[in-house]
Amino acid sequence: MKLKKNIATSEAGFVFNPATGDSFAASPLAAEILELLKAGQAPAAIQASLLARYEVSASQLQRDWDDLMAQLHQFQLLES
Amino acid sequence: MTKLPYERPTIRKLTAGPLSKFGPRAGARPVAELEGVPVPELLARFGSPLFVLSERQLRRSYQAVMRAFGTRYPQVQLAWSYKTNYLNAVCRVFHQEGAWAEVVSGLELEKALGNGVPGAQILFNGPGKTRADLARAAEVDAVIHLDNADELHRLLEVAAGRPHRPRVALRVNLDAGIFPQWDRFGFNLENGQAWQALQQVAAATEQLDLVGLHCHLGTYILQPAAYGVAATKLAALALRCQQELSLPVRYLDLGGGFPSQNTLKGSYLPGPDAVPDLDDYAAAIAEALLGAGFRVGELPLLVLEAGRALVDEAGYLLGTVLATKRLADGRRATVLDFGVNLLFTAYWYDHHISPVRTFSEQTEPTVLYGPLCMNIDVVRESIVLPLLAAGDQVVVHRVGAYNMSQWQQFITLRPHVVLLDLQGNPHIIREAETLEYLQQPERVPAHLQG
Repeated sequence: MKLKKNIATSEAGFVFNPATGDSFAASPLAAEILELLKAGQAPAAIQASLLARYEVSASQLQRDWDDLMAQLHQFQLLES
Repeated sequence: MTKLPYERPTIRKLTAGPLSKFGPRAGARPVAELEGVPVPELLARFGSPLFVLSERQLRRSYQAVMRAFGTRYPQVQLAWSYKTNYLNAVCRVFHQEGAWAEVVSGLELEKALGNGVPGAQILFNGPGKTRADLARAAEVDAVIHLDNADELHRLLEVAAGRPHRPRVALRVNLDAGIFPQWDRFGFNLENGQAWQALQQVAAATEQLDLVGLHCHLGTYILQPAAYGVAATKLAALALRCQQELSLPVRYLDLGGGFPSQNTLKGSYLPGPDAVPDLDDYAAAIAEALLGAGFRVGELPLLVLEAGRALVDEAGYLLGTVLATKRLADGRRATVLDFGVNLLFTAYWYDHHISPVRTFSEQTEPTVLYGPLCMNIDVVRESIVLPLLAAGDQVVVHRVGAYNMSQWQQFITLRPHVVLLDLQGNPHIIREAETLEYLQQPERVPAHLQG
């Protein structure tokens, strides 16, 4: 579950795929996750970090994580 | 350590499109309370979903309609359209304000009588009056609005031998320049049916007492000028009645059909921007009647059968998000605990829906589904809302008209309906249904018992 290397991200949540020309707007938390994925952090470590810092249950986070990854996959932003 | 507030992560594709001349879309503002009462408190106390009606708004709407028409025409009478919402508490608020009752069935006639409306202040419309309905209406002196020739002859039979002549008005349909023309109710004016019927009534003046003429243009009419045309034609018919048949017409009933500020499906502009002001309707009707040629002192009473315009704004449906999910094409879907079973008007309107709590500025388009296991159960095909999660509460606005009379009992039970009085105190005006209530009329044959 890695972000493609050529995907450009910004702290403000702007995401650009130079291969397709598509651009995206990520919510602040999604932008944070993308930055961490891009830095090579493992999903489990990212989730643990989020759980420690945000007011969310592990179950809710897991559902939302799966949904975000499905979106990233659909937008062809993840390594296959 | 205090944790940060959480909102689910989301990403959306940016698409280039034409700029909106109206600027960026305004976010859905949260509505945390109704009449000063916190929404979460109402839902905690009465359960979710929950219909809420504001007595203050009911009275305010009534007074607004009376003000619009009453300041332009000397004699105005509102007749509350029972079918729009015939919960007794709602009807009684309008009757306290001075409304007569407009009913369209025997059941509604009995409800109006039960609410203390004198028979003489009940107008009986509808295309399906039975002989028993006609007899009951005649007995209580309600005004019977004649819909067709069969009904006229049925009433003549009912009237025979009665000590008092039943009071009647003639339902007239006419071309007011709008499409589609509603011609299924009453007698057509342009092809001569209406005049023929009036001649028959005139020939039966010993059995019937003609008191009014009635015309209902349709529903959610957005052209005030059409009412002006209808008023002009109805007034001319009334004058002709007086001159040629010696039948003075005491009232002209311009029916209902006045819109609320809901947004019709397919409308380019939202309801509040697209719907003409009530004053425009009042001006069109009053101008037509005042210029019709009635002699001073002989102006007929103007009757209006307002329904939606009186009650829609006062109604709210509160509900809760049960789940969110993603559809095959990537769209967000949100499942609510109410659907078209309770929000019948979701078939007609793009209802305005607000979140209850405050969210960040992040939004996303979503489909809103109800809880029914049916594909047609769609509350909104697409609406931009904050990042709702299961358990979040929402408020649907302008649901007072038709939902509480056309709702369906389907796979689930209908919830409480609460009226917030002028002090904001909630009163249950219809109890939530129970399984026992639902099954009370059912019977199980002996061979299926045990």
